[in-house]
Amino acid sequence: MRVRLEVYRFDPVSDKAPRFHIYELETKPWERVLDCLNRIRWEQDPSLSFRSSCGHGACGADAMRINGFCTLACQKLVKEYEDGIIRVEPLPNFRVIKDLVVDLEPFFQKIQYVKPYLMPDKDQPERERLQSAEQRMKFDEAIRCILCACCTAACPVMERSSDFLGPAALLRAFRYLFDSRDNAFLERMALLDNPLGIWGCKAYGECTKVCPKDIDVRKCLGSIKRKLFETKRKETT
Amino acid sequence: MEPCHDALIVGTGIAGLRAAVELIPRWNVALVSKVFPTRSHSGAAQGGISAALGNEEEDHWEWHMFDTVKGSDFLADQDAVEIMARDAPRAIIELEHMGVPFSRNEKGLIAQRAFGGHTSQWGRAPVKRACYASDRTGRVILDTLYEQCLKGNVLFYSEYMVLDLIIDAGQCVGVWVLDIKSGEVHRIWAKAVLVATGGAGRIFRTTSNCSGNTGDGMAFTFRAGIPLEDMEFVQFHPTGLRSVGILISEAARGEGGVLRNDLGERFMVRYAPNIMDLAPRDITSRAILTEIKEGRGIRGEHYVHLDLTALGPEKIEERLWEVASFAKRYAGVDPSKEPIPVEPTCHYFMGGIPTDSDGRVLGDGEKGVLPGLFAAGECACVSVHGANRLGCNSLLDLVVFGRRAGRAIDEWLKGLKALSFPFKGKPRNPERFSKMCASRGSERLAQLRFELQAAMMEHCSVFRTRKGLLKVADLLDEIQRRFSKIQLGRRPGRFDLEIVEALELDSMLHVARAVVASALAREESRGAHFREDYPERDDSRFLKHSLVFLNGGEIKVAWKPVRITRFEPSERSY
Repeated sequence: MRVRLEVYRFDPVSDKAPRFHIYELETKPWERVLDCLNRIRWEQDPSLSFRSSCGHGACGADAMRINGFCTLACQKLVKEYEDGIIRVEPLPNFRVIKDLVVDLEPFFQKIQYVKPYLMPDKDQPERERLQSAEQRMKFDEAIRCILCACCTAACPVMERSSDFLGPAALLRAFRYLFDSRDNAFLERMALLDNPLGIWGCKAYGECTKVCPKDIDVRKCLGSIKRKLFETKRKETT
Repeated sequence: MEPCHDALIVGTGIAGLRAAVELIPRWNVALVSKVFPTRSHSGAAQGGISAALGNEEEDHWEWHMFDTVKGSDFLADQDAVEIMARDAPRAIIELEHMGVPFSRNEKGLIAQRAFGGHTSQWGRAPVKRACYASDRTGRVILDTLYEQCLKGNVLFYSEYMVLDLIIDAGQCVGVWVLDIKSGEVHRIWAKAVLVATGGAGRIFRTTSNCSGNTGDGMAFTFRAGIPLEDMEFVQFHPTGLRSVGILISEAARGEGGVLRNDLGERFMVRYAPNIMDLAPRDITSRAILTEIKEGRGIRGEHYVHLDLTALGPEKIEERLWEVASFAKRYAGVDPSKEPIPVEPTCHYFMGGIPTDSDGRVLGDGEKGVLPGLFAAGECACVSVHGANRLGCNSLLDLVVFGRRAGRAIDEWLKGLKALSFPFKGKPRNPERFSKMCASRGSERLAQLRFELQAAMMEHCSVFRTRKGLLKVADLLDEIQRRFSKIQLGRRPGRFDLEIVEALELDSMLHVARAVVASALAREESRGAHFREDYPERDDSRFLKHSLVFLNGGEIKVAWKPVRITRFEPSERSY
């Protein structure tokens, strides 16, 4: 299968403006877009830069925008692009470092902001804390997150306001808010209960649409809103 | 001003992060990695982490120790295995306390399931010893430890590659690094350096390993004159997804999946009559390849079937979500309805940098500790896995010996008198690196790498012979010569992946040469090392660890004894 890859190229240090470079490849239908990008480097143009690591959607390194959709290059197979045209761009909403590599520092700072670690009771039992299978299942979906940043890149709110925490950081907050072993609800709520926190989410649902791990991010964020809303209502009544 | 740290950890997988957590409160700690920490390959570990918690049924650390020693084909050092098996329950509870979201059983305790080679009553029947979080156990442990590091505000040098250790007057005092983002070379000084760089699965054509698992840590210690131990023992996981090599967790068989050949036979009955599909990985991989060799691969081709259809869609969704998603996406197979096509895939290095049981690197391979240098995780060899590692013992190894290395570093730093770092002048790039970048030959990197991986796969994977090994040894020499004529001829640019891959190929060449030399020297079959020309285990000649040294470009093999404390070597059958 012959494919035509239109790849975004830009080195902000030496280039005036970004451009698209066209590469043609003969591929097998089951090849990943990641394989194509690697073959471009190995066979045609070693100067192309992008990130990758595990190659099967377990690490989240190779997130990029492919034919307008934020996704992982290792999860997309050539056969999914029937007309053989694959347009590859860096994730939007982030600064480009080079070609398909973007600056994820702001992304990880926001993850750190939500205090992504267990804050339990002081008394630690000698053995494991008890947690029922049902309690554990409440946040099961959220621990699939690999911090690839696809959701945050695809979020329309993020596009307008780069200070918004964004879906990935909020999902990480969800994971701890709904963990029965955590005991820092008020502290976590204070971090999120503002227009740049959970209330920045307008439930567009792009996050859910693009998530490479099939997490219903919008639903999880909705649960945070409900929980905060109900807590505040109880406080006022 | 060049950066100086108390402890510098190379590698941000579970071993490195666990060591960092141990050091955070007291010391200035920094971590270096070629990738962003959560991309580290520990995160791809699926099935579980072993500990005799006894949450599901009776279990004892002594049984765990016995299984590990037997699984290792009696090559593991038993004092080290005892440390690991005894410490395992504590290590798991500690992870739970940190926040790891383990799956739970009906009592609200950490859930456990069956895994290859985990038995009760000294091998009599399978036992549920693998603690898990669905089939993303490595992911959640990596995330939790990373988050503990965020809490402690640790400094990460992400997307930096270590070029070489700096050793001054016999002591390790820092590393040379390439900043991948800028293309610049720097020195980072440290009073202690921990090597936790993982494995080197990429030296084989088919592997479950990520692109960065090129054995850099093993290679830069090897170049510094430190030997590598037991490098001939490379684990091929029985169930890699056909042609792509992506890991399909052993948990699939732990939950009841079975292997079938072209005739639909459950062929493991013939190779391990007692525990069948739960046999250890070396035995199962050889069984699959024997079936294929004898013409019983599916449609005569190079794969067999892993049949999960009896498990039902709910169990698969709950406990094997990742595995099912990989099968669907990369093979077009829904495992609840049809079998998954699988073949063995290079997965794990039992051997590595020799250490004592506290992660101190043995500079001479035996007793002499190299001051300031530590190693832990897959790149190290304690040795707890001997000739073959059991499933779930790798994650355990990482947290147990990662923590112990952290404690040993703490002790080392406390005892250290004022240390002045030796070279304050303007550094010149290391010669090896400058020479490589300046090379203007005609050899293409991708071609050399392909030839190396293909040769290792053909002659040095599951089945080996002297003839094949000699052939691959010659080929590696030739590739080494051609590598010095590689087509680069430039200073590294920004995010210059070709330079990074050239450095990685250099690492791969070093590791591959160590593997082949050790495999040639070991004229017996033990664990994952199978010599068709010497098909039996030979305790009289080879109940010992190999050590391979790089001496002025030449490779030499030496030996050291195995430490046997509780279990005398006996016949290994399942």
